[in-house]
Amino acid sequence: MALTQEHIQLRLSEKFGDLVSNFQSPYGMLSFEAAKEQNLKVLQFLYDEADLNFQFLTDLTAVNYPDQLGRELAVVYHLHNLKDNVRIRLTVYTDIVSPDIFTACKLFSSANWMERETYDFFGINFVGHENLKRILNVDEMDYFPLRKEYPLEDQTRIDKDDQMFGRG
Amino acid sequence: MTEHHQHHIKLPEGSIEKQTTTLNVGPTHPATHGVFQNIMELDGEQIISTEQTVGYIHRAFEKLAERRPLYQITTLTDRLNYCSSPINNMGWHLTCEKLLDVQTPKRVDYLRIIIMELSRISDHLICNSIMGVDTGAYTGFMYIMQYRELIYEIYEEICGSRLTTNIGRIGGFERNFTNTAFTKLEKFLKEYPAALRELENLFTRNRIFMERTIGTGAISAARALNYGFTGPNLRAAGVDYDVRVHSPYSSYEDFDFKVPVGTTGDSYDRFLVRNEEMWQSLSLINQAYQKVQEFKGAEAEVFHADVPEYYLPKKEDVYTKMEALIWHFKIVMGEVEMPKGEVYHSVEGGNGELGFYLISDGGRTPFRLHFRRPSFIYYQAYPEMVVGGMLSDAIVVMSSLNLIAGELDA
Repeated sequence: MALTQEHIQLRLSEKFGDLVSNFQSPYGMLSFEAAKEQNLKVLQFLYDEADLNFQFLTDLTAVNYPDQLGRELAVVYHLHNLKDNVRIRLTVYTDIVSPDIFTACKLFSSANWMERETYDFFGINFVGHENLKRILNVDEMDYFPLRKEYPLEDQTRIDKDDQMFGRG
Repeated sequence: MTEHHQHHIKLPEGSIEKQTTTLNVGPTHPATHGVFQNIMELDGEQIISTEQTVGYIHRAFEKLAERRPLYQITTLTDRLNYCSSPINNMGWHLTCEKLLDVQTPKRVDYLRIIIMELSRISDHLICNSIMGVDTGAYTGFMYIMQYRELIYEIYEEICGSRLTTNIGRIGGFERNFTNTAFTKLEKFLKEYPAALRELENLFTRNRIFMERTIGTGAISAARALNYGFTGPNLRAAGVDYDVRVHSPYSSYEDFDFKVPVGTTGDSYDRFLVRNEEMWQSLSLINQAYQKVQEFKGAEAEVFHADVPEYYLPKKEDVYTKMEALIWHFKIVMGEVEMPKGEVYHSVEGGNGELGFYLISDGGRTPFRLHFRRPSFIYYQAYPEMVVGGMLSDAIVVMSSLNLIAGELDA
């Protein structure tokens, strides 16, 4: 029996009740939301259950929604069941003041660097990560550049000395 | 683990010096083919531990993409895996097409497959011949480079550039393939098999090459999956996951091809899998070229979808017609209707599943764009693959993984 989106939704709702919500299927991929503290439990459940079998972490990243108060940061997991060839997307929202999310490193070795990258650019604090330090940016950086509060430089500004960069 | 080491450095009793050597490989090192740094702890020639440093050529693509309309992002994708830029370009256009609900004509799909498989060959032939260089056989590399040149000439004929191609448009190509392009393609299809066979003769049963690669850098299927391996590296470990088969795009489902797999996941299996993939790519190109030739009359002139709101108008019209000029301006500046939505689309890139996670809020630029870069994800496994082995094997393992610094660092 092929694994259907309805079945996944049913199994998750049975197990987690209201803690998983907002089931949608944009462009054919089942997407849903889990409560902040539940991310690891949901991932573990999806990994362990024989009929769900989501054992491949395709991608892990974050998004910053500055207008959603208390839900400014979203951590997005793309999971893949390679046997039944089904992909799903799990989103976990957190506030920007204490962006603490449990690490998935114990479950997926691949999560290690992806979480470091997400920390590097968004400042998500992955609780339990053994080596949570910057990976692509310089260690001295004291901000999280992909947050929306840091816009790209206005290219029309004229108050800069560009001579050193050959733009003067 | 430490007690098994031979401790080649003899120290006097009570010395505070250590018995191992710290070696800094990279960031620029002739043997690493790119900007890779590894700080290795060695006991003699044996690696006890290693830590990779990445990010030397980080160029903030994801941040830049938030200020760029769709077409300006294509040039960013060129610079991910620059050994197979056309696949990245196509992957990006396919993502946009998914978001904008653009259906491409079959002829476009087949032409795209020709280009994507050509770039897969150009990617794999570099990787495999560089493995030869790292084991001491330079000839194969110098020899096979001529054939990459033939591929680059085809790109040049189609889009005007070679390495960072910026090839194609949303919905198709910027222009139809010329007869010269097809002649060059025929030349390549005719000449390459013999060259590839010769490359095989140089390496596949070469005693030195086999002894340097068999058993080094092995990874089990379970570990490879847990580390998020995709592409030839995963298939070498015995898992037949290929995006072209599992989530077909660009009409790959119309084609007949095999997905080669290995068994041990070592450097030699990775070499063999890439080698066989080149044969499969050749077969795919032949099939696609045949299908392209079957189009007759007006259908044979189709090279893009009929989507005037996303596809740039013809250049001569832009210069002479008001309407075309307006559309050109609107498309370039991103002043087109963008639906809101979240899309994930992936293609089988040169070294694995290349994914694009695009969130659009209806504005002229993406709200967020994330690239799933296969080499960033599987390079994490490098220490696990080389610890306990020799330093010289670690170099071969690195080149057998097909790490591309541009993709690694985004």
